[in-house]
Amino acid sequence: MTFLLAVIIGVLYAAGTYLILRRSMVKVIFGLIFLGHAANLMIFTVGRLTKGAPAFVAEGASGLTGAFADPLPQALILTAIVIGFGVQAFTIVLFKRTYQTLGTEDLDEMRRTDQLPGGKS
Amino acid sequence: MNRIIMLPLLIPLVTAVAMLLLRNRVQLHRVLNVVSAALSGVVALAIFSATMSSGVLSLQVGGWEAPFGISLVADRLSAVMVVMSALIGLCTALYSIGTIDEDREHYFYHPLLQLLLMGVNGAFLTGDIFNLYVWFEVMLISSFVLLVLGGLPQQLEGAIKYVTLNLLSSAIFLAAVGILYGMAGTLNMADLAVRIPLLEHRELLTVVAVLFMITFGVKAAVFPLFFWLPASYHTPPVAVSAVFAGLLTKVGVYAIMRFFTTVFVRDDAALIYDILLWSSGFTMVVGVLGAVAQYDMRKLLSFHIISQIGYMIFAVALQSPLAVAGGLFYMVHNIVAKTNLFYVSGLVKRLAGSYCLRDIGGLYRLYPLFGLLFLVPALGLAGIPPLSGFWAKLVVIRAGIEAGAWGLTAVALSVSMLTLFSMIKIWNEAFWKDDPRGEQSAGRTEYHAIGRLKQGMIIAPIVVLGLVTVVFGFWFEPFFEMMMLVAEELLEPARYIRSVTGGVL
Repeated sequence: MTFLLAVIIGVLYAAGTYLILRRSMVKVIFGLIFLGHAANLMIFTVGRLTKGAPAFVAEGASGLTGAFADPLPQALILTAIVIGFGVQAFTIVLFKRTYQTLGTEDLDEMRRTDQLPGGKS
Repeated sequence: MNRIIMLPLLIPLVTAVAMLLLRNRVQLHRVLNVVSAALSGVVALAIFSATMSSGVLSLQVGGWEAPFGISLVADRLSAVMVVMSALIGLCTALYSIGTIDEDREHYFYHPLLQLLLMGVNGAFLTGDIFNLYVWFEVMLISSFVLLVLGGLPQQLEGAIKYVTLNLLSSAIFLAAVGILYGMAGTLNMADLAVRIPLLEHRELLTVVAVLFMITFGVKAAVFPLFFWLPASYHTPPVAVSAVFAGLLTKVGVYAIMRFFTTVFVRDDAALIYDILLWSSGFTMVVGVLGAVAQYDMRKLLSFHIISQIGYMIFAVALQSPLAVAGGLFYMVHNIVAKTNLFYVSGLVKRLAGSYCLRDIGGLYRLYPLFGLLFLVPALGLAGIPPLSGFWAKLVVIRAGIEAGAWGLTAVALSVSMLTLFSMIKIWNEAFWKDDPRGEQSAGRTEYHAIGRLKQGMIIAPIVVLGLVTVVFGFWFEPFFEMMMLVAEELLEPARYIRSVTGGVL
């Protein structure tokens, strides 16, 4: 299971990196989303996978014994997913609005803020 | 007493929510913004004096003991930064009244500013790495919206670059947090400081450190990660640019300071310091060369932010108490001078009608006193004695010589020449040369069209920050002694750790 997740994370990182290097805004958004998911899955996997052992204290016991699934990575991911969801929603709206205003979705054409005024480049 | 640490977060939050509930009362928003910023200032000063007299304050939120809950910690470094954030918050609240148009105000400009300040304060005060990520996101999302508010084409274009690169850095941050948790089993900074030296499997430690360095490097706009900054900072209204310029990049520098002194100690981060030293040299040079080439006043100042960050990173990477104290003083001085220069650029735009230095001129002849308002922060930034920048540079350069970093010290010195050159360029172009459009008559500008009150709101923050620059310069010693105390505490993380963990670990 860990191996499978590691492969998925690798694929997500590769795909995300490839996509954010594209010139199309839509692909850049997908790339950012992939990278976010890859990071989330990584937290989940690096936090050790423990099957079938929830972190419940048994009746009458005073603490956890033996191996148990660490709930903290899941709490972290949950927070990160919620934040990521909000930020991605904003990004999509921003990109759409930019497309409507500038009339292009080619990032190579968005150079005005980097050029010197009156420059020839 | 420790609960006071909550207030720099609660005050802006409550204010922002109140404004959202009273969404159409824009007049009230302005007042609330100023009142809230002033209150934050009082609280920040109280926290600062408490940390100076009685050491590190820490609060375990919700009563969960560290390292299980989230800790808020105010040591001297955090306290200094919170004071600065309150000062800039207050000045920008005033400046916004004079400069922000009513449309933006109706679309929640004031609440967003408060939420931005909350994110900044949260990043300064948190003692938990994941919580730091959350505060970064609070700060980022507010800054995204402030950046695009108004929806002009260049704003959107700048925002695309700003948003993409910052989200990328957030993803890297998250990955680094995940790996670090997998290795150390904790995310509390004080707890990490204890556990990292005891780790058995250290292979990934360098990787994690580098990932954090990249994340904070993007936020701080360190070479070669700064490209989002000059592409976006000049596009929003000046009040927004000013608060970004003053605070946001410095949050990145703060995080670098915090991480590579408190969390990662010297041996684990040796590689990081080497990388930071190298990149600080490039940051200084590339930033100032970019600035020299510009004719748009705001773009020129934006490039300067990068160059100045180089000095701070240089000082942090040297790691001696003198260097860290110098870097801190540099940061404090720079927050004031830089924000002020952006305010002045807004004033110049309102007086001369353009940000482009080629198109304007003759301001000194018409408004000699406003020329003085520009000269104080400009010469302060360039490092002309006796203003604050001179002392800041003196200490950093002295620390560089003591550490034997001759090459970088020479770079720092020559970069300040170019800084002076670009400040003189603004002076010559905007104030000294004759107006290329022919003789203008005083008193018929955008600035004079707004009422007396609004004019006052533009001038007051410039005067206040100018006075701070002068005071730092003339009474340098007491401030520097304070910075030495801050640096000593920062390089001696035992006190920080003991305060958070209660001496248990």
